[in-house]
Amino acid sequence: MASNSSGSDSSDRQRIAQQRLSVIAGHLQRPVEGNSGILAAECKAQGDKLDVSSERRTVPRRRQEIMKWNGWGYSDSKFLYNKKGQAEFTGKRYRLSGMIIPGLREWMESTFSANLQHKTPAAPILNSSAVQPPTLNEAFLKELKSTGIPFSHDAEDRVFRSHGHCLHEIFALREGKIGRVPDLVVWPNCHNDVVKIVELACKHNVCLIPYGGGTSVSSALECPPEETRSIVSLDTSQMNRILWIDEKNLTAHVEAGIVGQDLERLLNESGYCTGHEPDSMEFSSLGGWVATRASGMKKNIYGNIEDLVVHIKMVTPRGVIEKSCQGPRMSTGPDVHHFIMGSEGTLGVVTEVTMKIRPMPEYQKYGSVVFPNFEMGVACLREVARQRCAPASIRLMDNEQFKFGHALKPQVSSIFTSFLDGLKKFYITKFKGFDPNRLCVATLLFEGDREKVLQHEKQVYDIAAKFGGLAAGEDNGQRGYMLTFVIAYLRDLGMDYYVIGESFETSMPWDRVLDICRNVKARIVRECKDKGVQFPPLSTCRVTQTYDAGACVYFYFAFNYRGLSDPVHVYEQVEHAAREEILANGGSLSHHHGVGKLRKEWMRESISSVGMGMLKSVKDYVDPNNIFGNRNLL
Amino acid sequence: MTSTYKDSGTASLNDDEEFTDILEERRRNTDLGYALRTFNPQPYKGAPSCSTSDLNKAVLESQYLRYIAKEIALETGSSVEKVRQEARGILEEMSHNLQLGFIRLMAYTFNKVFKRLFRSIYVNMEGLNMLQQAIQESPVILMPNHRSYVDFLIVSFVLFTYDIPIPVIAAGIPLASMKVVGEILRRSGAFFIRRAIGSDKLYWAVLSEYVRTIVRTGCAPLEFYVEGFRSRTLKSVVPKLGMMDMVLEPYFKGEVFDITLVPISISYDRVVEESLLALELLGVPKPKESTTGLFKASRVLQEDYGCMHVNFGRPLSVRQLCEGKINRSEYNLIPRDLPQRPSTEIQDCVNWLAHLIVRTQEEGALISPWSLMACLLLQAPITTLTEEGLQWHGLTEKTLWLRKLVLDFRGRLNWPAHTPDSDVMSSTVALHHSIVHHKAGRVYLVQDGNPASQDPLSPEEKVMRTAAAVLMLVSYRNQALHVFVRPGILATAIHITKSTQKDELFSFFCFLRDVFSSEFIFIPGRASQDFDEACSLLQKCGAVYISQQEVTVLETGLEVLSFLQKLLQPFLESYQLIFRYLCENGAHVFTEKQFLPAVRNLATKLILSGDLHTFEVLSSDTQKNVLSALRRLEAVTKLRASQQNEYKVNKAAVRRTGDILCKIICDIPVKIKLLFCVRLENFDLFLPCCL
Repeated sequence: MASNSSGSDSSDRQRIAQQRLSVIAGHLQRPVEGNSGILAAECKAQGDKLDVSSERRTVPRRRQEIMKWNGWGYSDSKFLYNKKGQAEFTGKRYRLSGMIIPGLREWMESTFSANLQHKTPAAPILNSSAVQPPTLNEAFLKELKSTGIPFSHDAEDRVFRSHGHCLHEIFALREGKIGRVPDLVVWPNCHNDVVKIVELACKHNVCLIPYGGGTSVSSALECPPEETRSIVSLDTSQMNRILWIDEKNLTAHVEAGIVGQDLERLLNESGYCTGHEPDSMEFSSLGGWVATRASGMKKNIYGNIEDLVVHIKMVTPRGVIEKSCQGPRMSTGPDVHHFIMGSEGTLGVVTEVTMKIRPMPEYQKYGSVVFPNFEMGVACLREVARQRCAPASIRLMDNEQFKFGHALKPQVSSIFTSFLDGLKKFYITKFKGFDPNRLCVATLLFEGDREKVLQHEKQVYDIAAKFGGLAAGEDNGQRGYMLTFVIAYLRDLGMDYYVIGESFETSMPWDRVLDICRNVKARIVRECKDKGVQFPPLSTCRVTQTYDAGACVYFYFAFNYRGLSDPVHVYEQVEHAAREEILANGGSLSHHHGVGKLRKEWMRESISSVGMGMLKSVKDYVDPNNIFGNRNLL
Repeated sequence: MTSTYKDSGTASLNDDEEFTDILEERRRNTDLGYALRTFNPQPYKGAPSCSTSDLNKAVLESQYLRYIAKEIALETGSSVEKVRQEARGILEEMSHNLQLGFIRLMAYTFNKVFKRLFRSIYVNMEGLNMLQQAIQESPVILMPNHRSYVDFLIVSFVLFTYDIPIPVIAAGIPLASMKVVGEILRRSGAFFIRRAIGSDKLYWAVLSEYVRTIVRTGCAPLEFYVEGFRSRTLKSVVPKLGMMDMVLEPYFKGEVFDITLVPISISYDRVVEESLLALELLGVPKPKESTTGLFKASRVLQEDYGCMHVNFGRPLSVRQLCEGKINRSEYNLIPRDLPQRPSTEIQDCVNWLAHLIVRTQEEGALISPWSLMACLLLQAPITTLTEEGLQWHGLTEKTLWLRKLVLDFRGRLNWPAHTPDSDVMSSTVALHHSIVHHKAGRVYLVQDGNPASQDPLSPEEKVMRTAAAVLMLVSYRNQALHVFVRPGILATAIHITKSTQKDELFSFFCFLRDVFSSEFIFIPGRASQDFDEACSLLQKCGAVYISQQEVTVLETGLEVLSFLQKLLQPFLESYQLIFRYLCENGAHVFTEKQFLPAVRNLATKLILSGDLHTFEVLSSDTQKNVLSALRRLEAVTKLRASQQNEYKVNKAAVRRTGDILCKIICDIPVKIKLLFCVRLENFDLFLPCCL
């Protein structure tokens, strides 16, 4: 391991660092109430053994130890049909783990006309010989070695960093097809390591592609096929420490490679949280959030990433960019943070971020409301936004998604619960006259003081009642949120049985929400038909975020591709058409997934030619030799 | 069993299309039973059932109307409440009040009437099936042509019969003021639009919001006449765009996923108001729509009007048609509730779509044997028709020849199958006994009124009397015109330019197409397709040989070419005459009121002196078309400030246009150097090249 300490004071600094670390360790174990102060960890920890909390880090350098190479998430967690033909979720990590999901098979069969007899298994293991040998820049490699920063050109390591989770990327991997992959992977351990790597890359004209959690769904991690230079994947996953917590100002200074679940867990141990919970938070990293302008489920309380960030440090080919102070707001010309946020790895590597933190909420409560139809649901969400009383999270699923959520109900243990379920269903459909094929459900999450939460809850339910909404219990709500974590696993199950699909998102003004939802869903259905898809697709949406002036909508789209010779191409054509439809109807190119390479053809139309020129000139100044050459965005 | 017959006359395009006579079954069952049948249509999926009062409320409370009301209040200084009150009044006058009970009443009455008027009403079942399907998928706009008052509720009648949701129908306000009948129409789904809306901002706002709300909610199919009014000449009318704009806007603004347009072609063997139409065109004012008038008209019930065809066209998806033509994102930056002037791109698209619909209506219309005979009768000298009579034998022969030509030109012909041709001919003439009679192997034009009455007619009156009969013939000829127009214009171009050069002919073709685009329906921007179509049709019937560069007239094609050229001759003559009038008449500014009778007088004089051979110039329709052609060519401009339609004429421009057409009348071949003319669509560029 390389050390950046130099000269006579190095041992001094190490001593101080260790002292501080022990303070942190103590702090992490038992939060010091009332007593606050700045707790710091030195940027450069001396190897893994000094880093007190590192053994509990989720992401190892060798991701393959715990994660799938051609699917979503942990190797031990997946859906499968057991010998009895029942769906089951394996592993121990999730609430759903180890459970039988009786409704899933029927839902899959009826929704997609899928059949358990028709399997499309994935290639079982990564065939290293299918991976092109690395193009190494020897001079770069030689100097890199001298820095002591760990690196690898092992095929598996490289393949893991060659993709995100777009359908076409995963589909290709399942078929064992591997395209251009990075030639080298490096694991910097801290900001200074990154500075060195970027310097070397500039010196030797090597292409750098930053890699955080690998959860991109915009083809952002794809190596540009036209890139002839050696491509180095800069994996930030080992820069995952909380460097200090400032309890006076309620901020934390964190290395950008930390993944969401670690950040939350570690802060929780000190009694804090960031409250930033994107659906991918298990695996996505802080740096990735900054680079894509991420949005979290609970943004109504905590804000989106741009609201959470106080200070950013980014290493660019021109040097390090950061602000000189931590003022909460500044009028110092255009906010340079906004060149960084959303830059998608085209300008540099985010290494450290100061983020706002909040005391952990005292009380959390899920909830759900059933509406007679989607229109009423949207009207209710709009009213909630108008009154600015949105709970931490409020989401509205359409009817198809409601049914989907229902199909994911685990086997109930007692007769009593199933009786109760039956009764609920009877009450809603028969007694209240809701059409089971039109009703939809909003899931809610409240957070805060117990008293305030209960008060808040009442307020929201009162509004819902005005739009014909009926409270439908905490369970339904909680299951709705669980869905977001397992949906990506479900796609892998679908792909085992000829079903491919993906989600995409957009944002729009309130008055267009219904129109866009309807038009985009209809467009998907029509395009599938036109493109020769043999079975009706699943085309569903949910409103996932509310704002004063609009909302964010998420679409799920999947179909059974039996009978198609090039299903991925068909998929891409349909998704392309759906995006065209979104834009034609006044929706945005992306709310939080980013542009990457998948959507960059629409950038000019989205931000105007002048806007493109502005971004381009920043890129030209910051990175004239296109060292950060992932070719996203522009 | 309902009888079906193969539309035998139709060319290869739609061979297996079957028409069903819907009166057949009606004749066998009771009218009452039919009117009380269970009516259980499948509406547009997802559309909430929306009552008339819901609809009106939605319109009045719309953000759009609120905004406009505020704006008008500000402009006029009156209170918003007052303006809204006014809007409520407009809406009350306008709105439909569709009730199933009245549909049943309508169905009952129509049954009675139609069974007397018509031998059969043929409907294509395939079209109905497609419509039924389409109605469940998106809001549907029914777009029939309008040739007779009879067809006002015919679509509702057919849809009621086949369990398809009843449409709401845009109608002219005069209908509403008819006692009782107006109310019945309103309750049968009619909503009423004032004729001259002009710049009445509030009226426009209420109307457009009303129409858009109907489309947006999809609560009922919307029926309107894209031609704007009943065609007095039985010729398609250049579409009006106001209603079309309103109907399409919900698609452009993304408020609906798609809109389905269904062109409907209604054709008659004989039109109930044939003589009224001719008189109206000659300046005799049309009787005001009134209930008593309607009862007086009941004598028409004694007559036989042959068959009626209602041909439901293939449903057209606006989304598909507009794909690649427009960019809907122009509506993204302004709230959609606010009025926004559409871009020229969108306006052009609407115009194009409207023309496309009318063309499709034309193509779906059935041409009767009588239309063919009318084409031929009109090519005979007028004295032959009125005095010597036209040889029956020759007419028969020529009609059969023309039948073949129509089929070559892919026209839809309604020629009874399994009937000897001579029977077809004589029954056709018998049906049209009000226009011609057949005596001793000759055919004569019937002239209304008794020539042997007390007061002998003045020569002018005689001309008008003949003109009335001729114009009736003209309107039946017009029913077939769309088949011949494109090859006809090419034939005319060949005739005038005497050229064989394809590009020269194309230039002149475009010129004529431009001049006559108020007269015939040409889809904008499709000049070269039209030209290609004309070429291929003429080649197909053996009239010309087309090579890469040249169009060569074949010996065998002279008959066809001369027929086509003569078919369009009256238009050329009429236009020329009016051009001449405008150039020679002293005034530079004139009103429409002065213009129409002046042209009529001049024409009458020339007919009497034997210098003019067509009566068509007497038709106010022709006269108005010439005006609008000249306005389009910017040789005449409408004075904006004037109250009474004043026009200013640029005589030099009119003369130049006329000079080109003049060569036809004088039949002097001219060498028009068109070869250097690049952009013929642009008239001004064209002129310097040819003079």
